[in-house]
Order: sequence, then C-alpha cells, then structure tokens
Amino acid sequence: MRWEPVIGIEVHVELDTDSKMFCGCRVSFGDPPNTHVCPVCLALPGSLPVPNRKAIERIIRLGLALNCRINPGSVFHRKNYYYADLPKNYQISQFDVPVCVDGWLDVESDESRFRVGIERVHMEEDTGKSVHVGEGGRIHSAAETLVDFNRAGTPLVEIVSRPDLRRAADARTYAQELRAVVVETGVSDSRMERGSIRFDANVSIRPEGSRQLGVKVEIKNMNSFRSLEKAIHSEVERQTALVTVGERVVMETRHWDEAAEVTHGMRTKEGSSDYRYFTEPDLAPMVFDRSWVEEARSLLPELPALRRDRYRQMGVKPAAARVLASSDPQLRALFEEAVGSGADAVAAGNWVTGEVTASLRRREVSLEDVPLRGEQVAALTRMVGEGRVSAGAAREVLEGVMDGEGSPSEVATRRNLLQLSDRSALEEVVEEVMAANPEAVERYRSGEGKVRGYLVGQVMRATSGRADPRAVNEILSVRL
Amino acid sequence: MPSEPLSIASAGAALRSGETTSIELLAAVMSRAEMTESELHCYLNLDREGAVAAARQADRELDEGEDRGPLHGIPVAVKDNMCTRGLETTCSSKILAGYRPPYDATAVTRLREAGAVIVGKTNLDEFAMGSSTENSAYGPTRNPWDTGRVPGGSSGGSAAAVAAGSAIAALGSDTGGSIRQPASLCGVVGLKPTYGLVSRYGLVAFASSLDQIGPLTRTVRDAALLLSAVAGHDPADATSYAGQAPDFAGSLDRGVDGLRLGVVKELGGDGYQPDVSQATEQMLNKLADQGAEVMEVSLPLFDVALSAYYLIAPAECSANLARFDGMRYGLSIKGSTASATMAETRADGFGPEVIRRILLGTYALSAGYFDAFYGQAQRVRSLLQTEFEEAYRKVDALVSPTSPTTAFRLGERTQDPLTMYRSDICTIPSNLSGHPAISVPIGLDSLGLPIGFQVMAPALGERLMMAVAAEVERLAGFDAVPPPALAPPPGAPL
Repeated sequence: MRWEPVIGIEVHVELDTDSKMFCGCRVSFGDPPNTHVCPVCLALPGSLPVPNRKAIERIIRLGLALNCRINPGSVFHRKNYYYADLPKNYQISQFDVPVCVDGWLDVESDESRFRVGIERVHMEEDTGKSVHVGEGGRIHSAAETLVDFNRAGTPLVEIVSRPDLRRAADARTYAQELRAVVVETGVSDSRMERGSIRFDANVSIRPEGSRQLGVKVEIKNMNSFRSLEKAIHSEVERQTALVTVGERVVMETRHWDEAAEVTHGMRTKEGSSDYRYFTEPDLAPMVFDRSWVEEARSLLPELPALRRDRYRQMGVKPAAARVLASSDPQLRALFEEAVGSGADAVAAGNWVTGEVTASLRRREVSLEDVPLRGEQVAALTRMVGEGRVSAGAAREVLEGVMDGEGSPSEVATRRNLLQLSDRSALEEVVEEVMAANPEAVERYRSGEGKVRGYLVGQVMRATSGRADPRAVNEILSVRL
Repeated sequence: MPSEPLSIASAGAALRSGETTSIELLAAVMSRAEMTESELHCYLNLDREGAVAAARQADRELDEGEDRGPLHGIPVAVKDNMCTRGLETTCSSKILAGYRPPYDATAVTRLREAGAVIVGKTNLDEFAMGSSTENSAYGPTRNPWDTGRVPGGSSGGSAAAVAAGSAIAALGSDTGGSIRQPASLCGVVGLKPTYGLVSRYGLVAFASSLDQIGPLTRTVRDAALLLSAVAGHDPADATSYAGQAPDFAGSLDRGVDGLRLGVVKELGGDGYQPDVSQATEQMLNKLADQGAEVMEVSLPLFDVALSAYYLIAPAECSANLARFDGMRYGLSIKGSTASATMAETRADGFGPEVIRRILLGTYALSAGYFDAFYGQAQRVRSLLQTEFEEAYRKVDALVSPTSPTTAFRLGERTQDPLTMYRSDICTIPSNLSGHPAISVPIGLDSLGLPIGFQVMAPALGERLMMAVAAEVERLAGFDAVPPPALAPPPGAPL
C-alpha cells in the first residue's frame, strides 16, 4: 500500500510592537533578565491585562494579507495549564472566536504552485523563558532552572494552516512564503535566530486515495526552515515504517532532535490536553470597526505572490523572480531602480539576486552600508551587454563600485578593465604577438589547429585580459 | 459635638470648623481599635506609621486651605484583598503571608488622592471566599453586637470596624454579597456599585466578572461620598466603565414619592427569619406611606441564581488563583521539581474553602463537563439579566431583605457549606447581573441583632438607588449602637 502524508503547520510569530500585549513593558530581546517586567506580566496579585491596540491592528493586517475573513468581533479566552514560565498559570489566548478565519496563501516552488488553506489566525501572549543552569559550584547541587520574564506577555500571533500539505518540501516553502508575508506586512521582523518565528507541524499519514485523516502527531522544536522540512520528512518515514509492520501511530507530541535528525516522543498520554478554556473575564469582547478593516485592506502593501507575478511579467526568470519577490526590501528597491534606469530586467534580476547578494554576504554588511545605486547596476548591465567589460571584469567593477571608487565606467577605466574592442588597436596587438611567436604561427599554418588557442592566450595576456576574445579570434582568422 | 458616632460627613464638618484635626480623628479610631481589637479582630494589620504621616499631611493641607474634598483627613479602613504599596496584603491567606505589593490598587490610590487616611487592612474570608469571615488563616472577626456571632463576610473586618468605630468608613469588595451581607449583620450601610464603576486594578481577584469594590459606612450619605471618591474610569482595568461617574451624594433627599418599588417575591417566605420578614414588611408599609408604589415582582430565576453563581465564581477563581504557585512571591515550599513546589505550596498555602472552590471550578470547566456546568451557568446568567431588565421596565428599584437571617453563631455553619452559601441568596443576583445594590440597617431582631434592607437598581442607577436607601434610612431611624463595651462612643474623643 502507498501512504500519503497529510501535513498542517502552526506558526507562532512574536510581534515587535513597542510594548507587550497586555501591559506597557517594552518588547525586548537580549536585555538582562527580568528588566522589562511589571505587576501585569509578572502576574502579581491584583494586576489586570489591558489589550495592546497596535497588536490587534497588526493581526488584522496579517489576516487580510492571508485572505482571511475578519470576524466582526473577537473574544479572548484563558488557556489553563501550570508551567513555571507562565506567570498566571494560564495564557490569554483565543478559542472559538479568533480575530481572523478562513484564509489562504498561494505558494510556489521550482516544482509546483499550490494554495494552502488558513484555518485561523489568533492573538495570544508569549511565555517567559526558562534558562537551564548546569551544575552549580558545589558537587551535590542540582541543576536549576531560572526564568526570565522579559519575554512574558510579548504579543504572539498563531497562524494555523489547514492540513493541505502533502510533502515536507512544500511545508518548507509554505513556511518561507508565510514568513515573507509577515515581514512584508510589517507585522513582525520574524527573526528565526531569536525565535521570534517558530514552527510546529501536525503530521499524519493515510492510505493513498483515502479521504479520512490518520492519527495526528505534533512535532515541535524546529528552529529553521531546513529542520522543519527534515523533521516532517523523518516523521513521515517513522509513521510509514510503523504502519508497514502493522503497528499503529499514537497521538502525541514529539520533539525534533536537530543533532540526531529524529523526533522523540514527549508525552505518551493519548488524547488532547484539557486546557479548560473559558472566556477571559478581565477583557471585554472586541468589536472591529468595519470601515477601519476596509481601510487596512486598502493599505496593504504588495505581497510576495503578486510581486512575483509582476517581476515575471517584467521578464525576470521564475526562479529569480521568486528570490527577488521575497528578498529584503532594499534589494528589491535596488532591482526596481535599476530597471527604472533602463537595465534589462533579466540581467538586473540576476545581478541583484546573484553577485550583489553574494558580495554583501561576504562583506557582512547590508545594502545601506555600501554606495551602490540602481542606476549603477543599470550602467553595469549595459556595459556587459555592450561588451565593454567581460563577465569576469564586471564582477570586479561591481566590487569597485561597492568599495566607493565611483561609477562603473570610472571603476572600469581606473582599474583598466574595459575590453579592447577597438579593431585597430587589437590588430596592432595581434601583429605584435604574431611577430613575437613566429614558430607558433608556422605550426598553425602547417595544420596544427590547437596552437591557435595559445596565440589567443598570448593576446589576452598582452592586454591583461581586456581583449574581447571574439574579436581576437576574428582578427586571427584573417591574419593566419 | 455630634451626638451620634462619627460619620464621614460629621467628622468632615468638625475638621473644617476646627473642632478637631485629622490626627485627633486617627487617635480616636486607633484607641477604639486598641480597646476592641483583642475581642473583635477587625484588622489584620494597623498601619500606625503610615496613617500618622497621612493624617499630619491632611492637617497641614487643610490648614493651608488645600481641601481635597469630603474624604480629606478621614480615617478609612481597607479590606486586605486590595493592594497597598509596601504594606502587607495577604487576602487572609497563608499563601500571601508577608507579601508586600509594589503598587497601590487604583481604589487605594484614589483614596490617597482624596486625602483619606488609611488606618489599616481588614480581615476577610480567605480570598473573599465565605460569608462569615471565619475562613481567615489569621482567625475570625467577631460581630460587635454579639461576639459569639459572626460579622458576616467576606468583608467582615471592614463591616465590624465601622460598626465598632475603629474606622469611620471602610472599603470592601462584593462578589456575591461580601459587602452587603456583613453590612446587614453588623448594622452598617454597604453598597455594591454597578460592575465596572470602581476599578478592580489591584483588587486581588476572586471571580473577575463579579468582583466589585464598594463602601461600608455608617450612613447612606457616607456611602455616596466614599463611592464618589473611588469611582470612575481607570485605563488599567479593561472592564472599567468608560463614562463619567456622577456625584452620588447630590440627590439623596428626593424621597420615594411616585417611585415604583418591586418587592422580589422569591426573596422571602420560608427560610427567612420571621423578625427579618416582619421588619421588611414594616419598612415597605412606611415607604408606601411616603408615596412609593409598592408592588410584588417575580423573578423566577432568582431560585437558581445561587447554583449558577457557585459554578461561575469557582470557575473564575480556579484560574485567578493559579498564579499563587510559590514561584515568584508569597509562600514557597520547595519540592524536588517545579511542579512539586507548586503542588506543595498550594496544598499547604490555601485553606479548605479555597481548595473546595478551586476544585469545584476546575471540574466545572473540564472537558465533558463544561457545557453541563459552566456553559449552563452562563446561560442562566444571561437569562437572569434579561429577567432583571424586564423587571426594571415595571419598577424603578427592587427591594428585599439583605440576608435571610441576622448574624449567626461562630461555627454554626462552618460544617455545612451549602447552608453557608445560602447566606448570600438575596445578594448574589445583583452580582450576576452586574447591577448596583445597597444594604441599609432598619432595626434589630428579638436578640438585638441588626436587620438589613436591600435596594437594587438597574445598571448605573446608583443615584436613584441611594435616594431610596436614604429614605429607608430616615424612615428606619436606626440609631442603635452595639453594646456599650464595643460601641463607638458618641463623637468621642473630640
């Protein structure tokens, strides 16, 4: 029997609002522990939550970008469970009336284009962070866990997909696309390395052709797109192996072990946990002003999917269009400026996603740190197109421009990188090379064809590589 | 010198005429406390130092002509479930022993801004769960009218302090009757405002959708003055009423002529102490004599309000009290793991009634039970609100006894939670509906124990409700004081 994986993804995104979800403390990262705390986010007795309007505005924006229906109103619930990093021992979250429902996201990869349903997007608050401290100074001291509450109460948006995905690779592409939308809408900068965007996957398998869903396993702790894909892949293999030998899959939560590249079971308990959800009595139900929602919709920025299509229409190759469409806004602006200054879209796209990106990475700087402008990219592509510099020399020109040596033509001139395509000048050089190598000329003329390559090489050498190889060949053909 | 015990109004007049000072008022209250505390135990904590500083400041300001209004210089007690910055706040629980909040509750801030002198923190049933102040980890409060009897609860410390003169007025909190029932049992006025009128910020939550802070005072006018000082929108409480709070003391003397008063049919009859029923009846006759149209109104859901309440309140409390886990503050009994620490701290730190309600609430919210219990209770609550609204189309205010009985004996109901819970049968409906209600003393029973009369009004109907209450107060002419040893002396020691 062939087995079909069924995959749904839950994404948590921390919003980088100025203040936390229910109090005025600053949203921070990397500051000394417990320096951004107050009675509310520490759950001191008597404190009460007050919702952050900016966070609600952002989740609505995100919901609109994900083609969701924005509920006319929404309700917070308490999700009850005891954990040391959860100060109230309940999390303010949402249950049956989330802010956004029933959306979708169009995704594409090299192999496929597909649509993923979004079940819901809801608002909640993050927990504190447990910091595990190893052996203390004394021999018998047990390891301790300390809690940093700086993160407690950070606005958190959860985006739950429908189980529409069938391949681990597609799940990865979906997650990447989703992150691009989150960044694009200005909802969060979603820094993977800070854990400000986190992925869980729900994985089950079923006989191919079946319409029923199999037993679902939730996998957690994937900290990169790559590990998301690997974890799902590994989990699908594990489940397939189980059912192949006649065992059954148990409903559970499993942890992805990045080093061993396998998932480990966390709880053996079957069935879902009982979080005893009930309406948060400290917060009044929210009612959303329809005209505000419509205005927010009209103010949405261009999203990656639409931009991809636009770039493709401009002539950019699909792969580059995909990379460009979800690349950082400065790079996109550079590309669009270059095209605006007359650059060929294909060439400009290749330069920006290729050499420019690579060079920035080598330099470990961002675009704003180098004096590279769109019109310079345009000039560079023109110089290559017109054969004024070779492809190799063009890379050096780019480096020069990024080093602040001036415009591409100034750099090419100063660094002596312009191709010699002036016929008479080249002819002169060819004459000199032939005169200096009478023996090679003789051998060629007597039928030893491969010597021609040697002669071309000598010409290139004499011109420090600036000679246009095509022109050199033409001249040699005539002279020899 | 006033001939009756000091009220906010009479003390305020004496302060402004120069007859007395805030320090002298405080000294009087403190000396009353010294005389009565060993017997009554109204206070968990008297803040002598803080109170003296506040009284000195009030005297200085009043001397300089800076008048902060009716509460300026008046000694006021605060129930110990409201946070007071730097001053121990325990909710009468062992789990918060020694806990000093880093901030003031909004109601406390407003008291301070109004120039009130906070005398100390009063005793209560642990986390306000109870009707007798016997569920205090620090021992019960006794009723000044008969020290063998309870003062009611959970704001028993506040009610007894006002009755005994160890505070001129006090703040309490009312989740199911915790202001009105002890006010009734102690012969003072107790008012639960419309939900949202007084900020809950800094009130340690019992049941968030029901809790409301309010005044316990000697007179209806005092209740209006104290309420005016603490009411009003607070951005720190998302359930706080956003509008402007009115001047509650402004319309107390309108009388009841032409008002339609509905007598709640379900709150009376069997199970009501005959003295209570009789006093209520007499008061209704007097109100009718003053031109009120008194009619019987039936609100059938009052019969199930108690059941709904005992699902909703415990459900909310099961989450509200989850934060007391020994991790960040209060009692912490270190176990071998974090969850063992939580379990041991909670098992040891909470008293039996609190544990009972947490368990009750946890079950009511559990998967498989939610709909039959919590869900059903919420539906009853919403139907009850409709029933109230329909009643208020026919009448301007509803009236009833505040409590089916007068003060009961210590220990009499502690072994039988259901009988104890029934103490709040008349008061609970207004918490479920969020409407205001007030208790006014109208007489004594055959044992010489105070009887309370309740007036209920629609949301934000405090002004009309207090006008009715003021008329009840005038008609009752209730000027009895507790037995001499525990009664506040007239106007003393001015």
